[in-house]
Amino acid sequence: MTQDEVVLAVKDIIATVAPDEDLSDLDPAVRLREQIDLDSMDFLDIVMELRKIYGVQVPEQDYKELASLDSCVRYLLPKLAHKELHCAAKA
Amino acid sequence: MRDLPRVVITGVGLTAPNGNSLSEFRTSLLAGRSGVRSYEIRHVGPTLAGVCDFDPLRHQKKKDLRRGTRAGSIAIWCANEALRDAGIDPARRDRARIGVYPGVTEHGNVETENEIHEVARYDFDLSFWSHHHNPRTVANNPAGEVTLNLGLNGPAYCLGGACAAGNLGLIHAVQMLQLGEVDLALGGGVSESIRTFGIFASFAAEGALAHHAVPTRASRPFDRDRNGIVVSEGGCLFVLERLEDAHRRGARMYAEVVGHSINSDGTDFVQPDPAGQNACIRAALERAGLAPEDIGIVSTHATSTPSGDVIEARAVREIFGDASGVWVNNTKSFIGHAMGAAAALELAGNLPSFADGVVHPTINLEHLDPECDIKGLVANAPRTVGSIESILNMSFGMLGINSAVVVRRPPS
Repeated sequence: MTQDEVVLAVKDIIATVAPDEDLSDLDPAVRLREQIDLDSMDFLDIVMELRKIYGVQVPEQDYKELASLDSCVRYLLPKLAHKELHCAAKA
Repeated sequence: MRDLPRVVITGVGLTAPNGNSLSEFRTSLLAGRSGVRSYEIRHVGPTLAGVCDFDPLRHQKKKDLRRGTRAGSIAIWCANEALRDAGIDPARRDRARIGVYPGVTEHGNVETENEIHEVARYDFDLSFWSHHHNPRTVANNPAGEVTLNLGLNGPAYCLGGACAAGNLGLIHAVQMLQLGEVDLALGGGVSESIRTFGIFASFAAEGALAHHAVPTRASRPFDRDRNGIVVSEGGCLFVLERLEDAHRRGARMYAEVVGHSINSDGTDFVQPDPAGQNACIRAALERAGLAPEDIGIVSTHATSTPSGDVIEARAVREIFGDASGVWVNNTKSFIGHAMGAAAALELAGNLPSFADGVVHPTINLEHLDPECDIKGLVANAPRTVGSIESILNMSFGMLGINSAVVVRRPPS
């Protein structure tokens, strides 16, 4: 997966977890919770989807790495580099 | 009961397999329109069920649906529609004084089955078990989802009462108003049971699951050829208020709740006992200060099982005998058995009789079982009888729980 594909993968999971939100104008540098309605249960859902779709384990101490799209990419790119992009909705 | 505050029904919110409002539901009951259809659920395969088609997105966001339960969604629909029907905006009331009491036959089976189905895909690695499992399966889930949706702060929980639960929710709401614990109550019942394969499989194992080539004819209480229950989903919550509060705000009233009773057979896990049912009905009448011949409509519980209907018919005959002017009907013949919602829906569908003087029938009664012959049974077509003054709504459940509610024409 490329960096752009990691962004797509994360946004696709967020679209599943927060289906009422408009994700088209997300600022990648700004914390997700400041831009859309996401609570702690939603972050657990994001972690669960990463585990189910890509087999990626995100330990609790790393949850903070998922704060923004930029930090998601930094944290997930090494873990997803050898994975193929999947659409969460079809997983 | 006479020394306690009088309580009236001032709003109805419902979803049934044949209607998503009281007017739609009543129209279907008078038109003989069933809500039973072909249905398929994992492990069971093709079967029959009553399925609701309300639009949950009228009152919830997509994320709420993803996170919550079907029972919660049904309760939220019913609560919002009931409050709207009553002309009440909860934001303009003291939200700590509003109680929510849905009856449930069971809760958590659907969510647990779903979770086990999901984790099985990962060879039962429990790191794939959802963090949503506990909030979805706690026994107060449907009531709690209503409080989250409406921002309510009063006492809200579910009444677990097998298939008598819809009456239990209503009765508890009445009691909380009479005790002064709340000023407004939502009481009734909800059911998501068609989404658990276990309930179908268990009824099938008992030989109590209905089958018929024509789905709409499968639920046939009191008919000679009945062969079991059609499981349905649904919900109905009533807005209840003390009479003086309802008068003060000029509320439209559907009925006054004048009598109720809950008791237990104490005899068997599944087989009902006519003595227990009989005692329950008599206690509700006594509390209402009414004699059997004062009742205009007896809304029966009969579920279309070979043995249960006979036992109930016997209890009704023992109490009402040859009393004239007592009309008997059954709602499950239209919509199947809506479990925790059944009693509340069955009462709701009869409430318009106070206004229109018409008794809806029990349908699919092609060959009356002689053992289920009850005087006044309204078969297959509605009957215009003139003035109805009171309705008895009976509902019974497993482990021998019995319930009866008596409502009267609302005071003018």
